[in-house]
Amino acid sequence: MSVCTLKSESSESSQSMTELQRRYILLTQNGLPIVPKPFTWLADQLGISLENVLTMTKDMQDSGIIRRVAAVPNHYKLGYKHNGMTVWDVEDCEASRLGKIIGDLPFVSHCYLRPRHLPHWHYNIFAMVHGKTQNDIDEYKAQIQHILINHLRSNDMLTSTRILKKTGLRLKHKEV
Amino acid sequence: MRTATIESAAEKIYAFSTLEKYLINTLQKGLPICESPFAMIAEQINYQTANNTLNGMPVCNEKLIIETLNNLLQLGILTRFGPMFDAACLGGAFTLAAIDVPHSRFEEVADIVNSFPQVAHNYERSHQLNMWFVIGTESQAEIDYVIDAIESKTGLTVLNVPKLEEFYVGLYFEV
Repeated sequence: MSVCTLKSESSESSQSMTELQRRYILLTQNGLPIVPKPFTWLADQLGISLENVLTMTKDMQDSGIIRRVAAVPNHYKLGYKHNGMTVWDVEDCEASRLGKIIGDLPFVSHCYLRPRHLPHWHYNIFAMVHGKTQNDIDEYKAQIQHILINHLRSNDMLTSTRILKKTGLRLKHKEV
Repeated sequence: MRTATIESAAEKIYAFSTLEKYLINTLQKGLPICESPFAMIAEQINYQTANNTLNGMPVCNEKLIIETLNNLLQLGILTRFGPMFDAACLGGAFTLAAIDVPHSRFEEVADIVNSFPQVAHNYERSHQLNMWFVIGTESQAEIDYVIDAIESKTGLTVLNVPKLEEFYVGLYFEV
């Protein structure tokens, strides 16, 4: 959804990081420079060899600290102006199985199980969809509904009408 | 920032060149992790062009790839380039929260919520619960503190819906 999407929520850090990994993150959380040898730049900053930086990057990817090394587009500028937070009240015993199926749909960018707060909020599966038109996201919602239909009590789609704040998440310069 | 609308963030749809489209589409998925990734991308493009598996590409070299990517960054079409970290691994705690804000108080409440540096994103949404925001903090205790503080400053109840299970996180926008 953003420059620095909140990829993961709720739980506190489950992995301990080395000091070198912490410095790696501090140096790269605003991005790598687009220069001929970006990882050599990083190696110089860290005072280690290029080979070590490449190994470290792959290890951090394997352990899930790095999701991927990639370009992040501004999806509004690519024409994806419409997004919908679709929310679903799915039978608890089926929620994990169905959540994975919904998460695998190509137009779903985030899919989570979240707690209900009865009686005000009874939806437990959240799936974010993105499209170029309102019609697109209506169609995506219909496809999700089709998958969930036998285990579904109710559903809704909350579209964003205004961005009130959007900032990235940053590692603070402190011990983590 | 508070009044930025989605429409104004999308003032314009760009007409991308074939190379720009290719780079936007492929580099969202990942960059080769090697000494000279941009030279490698140029080679891959030239190889696919020679094999007729790619059409309409200019002859590429490292310099052209770097110039094109820097231009896309400068135009704000790409916002960032590099490792994408699992936010939970950055040593924090996160949650999604919502408030049912009376229409007449919406701007005032938005100002209060946004004034917390721990609130990373905040959206107005089409629902009775019309304000949805993400809180990112150093610890679970700080999440509770921020929610309590928002409740006492606004006099409104905050719905807290932290992730229980993550099924999928990934963003891919094809051009």
